[in-house]
Amino acid sequence: MTTITMLAVLLLALFGYWFGYRPARKAELAAAGGRALHSRPVYHGLYVAAWVGIPSLLLVLVWLLAQGPVIDRLLLQTLPEQALAGLSDAQIRVLLSKIHTLAAGHALPGTPPEYVTQAADTLKRWRMIAGWAMLAGALAPGLMGLFWARLRIAPQFRARQRVERILDGLMLACAALAILTTLGIIVSLFFESLRFFAKVPLTEFLFGPRWEPQIAMRADQVAGQGAFGMIPVFTGTLLISAISLLFAVPIGLFSAIYLVEYASSRFRAVVKPVLEFLAGIPTVVYGFFAVVTIAPALKAWLHGLGISMAPNSALVAGLVMGIMLIPFISSLSDDALAAVPMALREGSIGLGATKAETIRKVLLPAALPGIMSGILLAASRAIGETMIVVMAAGIIAHLTLNPLEAVTTVTVQIVTLLIGDTAFDSPKTLAAFALGLVLFLVTLALNVLSMMITRRYREQYD
Amino acid sequence: MTEPPDSHERIDWTAPQRLTRLRRRHRANRRMQWLGLGAILTAAGLLAVLVLSLLASGLPAFQQSYVTLSFDLKPALVNPQDMRRGKWRKIVRNALFAALPEVKDRRLKRKVFRIVSRAAPYNLRDYVMKHPELVGKTITHQVLLSDPFDQYVKGVIPAHIGAGAQQRFNPRLGGPEVLAAFEKLRRDGRISLRFNRNLFLNADSRLPEQAGLAGAIVGSFLMLLVTFIISFPAGIAAAVYLEEFAPKNRFTDFIEVNINNLAAVPSVVFGLLGLALFIGYAGLPRSTPLVGGMVLSLMTLPTIIIATRAALSAVPPSIREAALGIGASRYQTVLHHVLPVAMPGILTGAIIGMARALGETAPLLLIGMNAFIPDVSGMGISEPATALPTQIYSWADSPERGFVARTSAAILVLLGFLLAMNSTAIWLRQRYGRRTW
Repeated sequence: MTTITMLAVLLLALFGYWFGYRPARKAELAAAGGRALHSRPVYHGLYVAAWVGIPSLLLVLVWLLAQGPVIDRLLLQTLPEQALAGLSDAQIRVLLSKIHTLAAGHALPGTPPEYVTQAADTLKRWRMIAGWAMLAGALAPGLMGLFWARLRIAPQFRARQRVERILDGLMLACAALAILTTLGIIVSLFFESLRFFAKVPLTEFLFGPRWEPQIAMRADQVAGQGAFGMIPVFTGTLLISAISLLFAVPIGLFSAIYLVEYASSRFRAVVKPVLEFLAGIPTVVYGFFAVVTIAPALKAWLHGLGISMAPNSALVAGLVMGIMLIPFISSLSDDALAAVPMALREGSIGLGATKAETIRKVLLPAALPGIMSGILLAASRAIGETMIVVMAAGIIAHLTLNPLEAVTTVTVQIVTLLIGDTAFDSPKTLAAFALGLVLFLVTLALNVLSMMITRRYREQYD
Repeated sequence: MTEPPDSHERIDWTAPQRLTRLRRRHRANRRMQWLGLGAILTAAGLLAVLVLSLLASGLPAFQQSYVTLSFDLKPALVNPQDMRRGKWRKIVRNALFAALPEVKDRRLKRKVFRIVSRAAPYNLRDYVMKHPELVGKTITHQVLLSDPFDQYVKGVIPAHIGAGAQQRFNPRLGGPEVLAAFEKLRRDGRISLRFNRNLFLNADSRLPEQAGLAGAIVGSFLMLLVTFIISFPAGIAAAVYLEEFAPKNRFTDFIEVNINNLAAVPSVVFGLLGLALFIGYAGLPRSTPLVGGMVLSLMTLPTIIIATRAALSAVPPSIREAALGIGASRYQTVLHHVLPVAMPGILTGAIIGMARALGETAPLLLIGMNAFIPDVSGMGISEPATALPTQIYSWADSPERGFVARTSAAILVLLGFLLAMNSTAIWLRQRYGRRTW
């Protein structure tokens, strides 16, 4: 139904274009050579089309957002009272999802009570009605817009300016989408976290030394209370990120130095695409590589040395994440080094310094802000990286700094807590949002710091 | 350079201590150069190891082994009225033991039957349902081998494992008698290795020999379609606004800071956003390409905006000035002159953004786009789906040996798509990007 409505709106808008274009074109032809129209016919067409399409589309969007919750609420009111008596919010939600499953034509385990099947039928009927109502509701403002806009079309009507004004608004809305996204992230993370902190105190979350989110699935189950202290999770994140940076920063930095200062242009032309390819490999591939290739190889090697390593150790995840970061650090350092003015190089060489001395004493200090901000961005990526650690690091939180042991990370916990779990109000799922908030804030701080460094020291040598 | 040279005194550059010093400095220079080269070779070597190990484990999965048998399609077994209820397992069983008359023992028969894939009866049924005229005849047809024997044919797993005194028979192959029966089939020329069309035509399956990528490819395609439809126009509009129209004020600054920051927000956070906002609040259907595409379009938007802005600012001002000078409005200037010139750069950025979206996994896991899709026919924008990277993740988690090869093959397919997209972007950049003005 949504598709049909969208298509109908589109068709109506196309008709609106023609409806506005035709009279303007006629007037233009009639006054051949003279100045009959202020704007070209195209703008008259666009003006009418915009008046048809934009209100209708907005209405459809609002309708789609509101339809689900409204229907659900009405549906609950049709249910017999004893069916709802004494049900918690979560149980009501389960009941609703049963009705939805049934209405979608899937079978439920066991025989559902009669009021559920009835409700499913009602839901199907209502959805149908709502679909038609949406179609009518979308076309009504479209038709009104059509005639209203058509009435305004006259030879002296400044259609171009009007269309450009509309475009102004549309473009501003698109640019503001970035702000809305940030806002959406903050609001959704913040409110879900608030609900989490209503169940688990903030101090326990921030300073608790144990992370054991195994909470009873049902109220009557006897299970551990669960512990939500993020210290071990965060330590694990920092450990893996530190390993990856220790591995990636020297390699990335030295490759950038070689590429900018020593390599011939032909060598550069070969190596650059290789590094770009390395940067374009999806992280799930690196995760698979870590599990299937690096972990067994490293384990066997260390075993030969008499050292035992956990199969999903921090070292493996960190190393592979380091491989992922090499091209990132290399390309950012490359940019920073290449931005150092030639005059500084020539001055240093002219004074008799060797290339290495020029690099160490002149170029690196000059490019330091750029390199530092690149390293900070890399750290932010390492902390937020998900698939490699989901596949290669552990799930159980150990508070350790030993790289040969298994640790878990913030992102691993987010994914494992949320996979396959649809209930929105157990502390388990809410904990994932609290971790997400921490992750967002930490990476935000690193990104802002990196941005500040570049802004502060940019164009120092111009 | 410790003692300042006296202008009247000539420095003796050939003095031994000066020469040693010079040699040391040159050594340091060479050391730096070797370090740099070593770093690059390390990176390239790691890439080579990655690609080679993927090729080594993934290439066998592009071939699939089959066994050719003669199936007696007796109407009593086929059940022509309702073929779905036919005794296909029995037909396959009869065909296999017609080819292996020496296998008599019931228990051995049960083991030997595992040579053939559990999917074989269904594949035979589908084939006969498509050609109903075959009922009642005896046909020669190829059916899938089960995963262990497929691996054995390709030489991925050996007949014996362990070494020396500890050498024992590979338990996955069922025992020496089963292997003897298999070798008999091979001697009769019934075992063949063909290009694995199933990998591209089948959707997911619990059986490695039957599983394919069609569902994942369709899911990824639908998702990218949604991403493109949202992020391409919105990204261009935002970039044009910021680059050509926006007043220099705090609001514009704020938008720019937001865009730059969004480009560096971890992808899993976008997944949380999608889960809380699109699924939890707006009630959009879980696991669907619609939600996946919407989440990814928010992620791709900064990439497209940044690339488009770079492309727009590379358009020389003379073009704008010429258009404005002959009386075009600012919109006409941008839409008729600046945007067409910047289009190759914009498309390059869009393709790179799409390639990144194609490889993104974590947000899709959070919104549940790793559904088990055994059939492509029911897929749609708002139906549960899976995508290539999430399919890789699910296969990587599967314990069956055949899925290791399948996973590597799926990665090779994904990398192939990415390589194609990136090459298109590079080609566009080189074909249209290097104009001189």
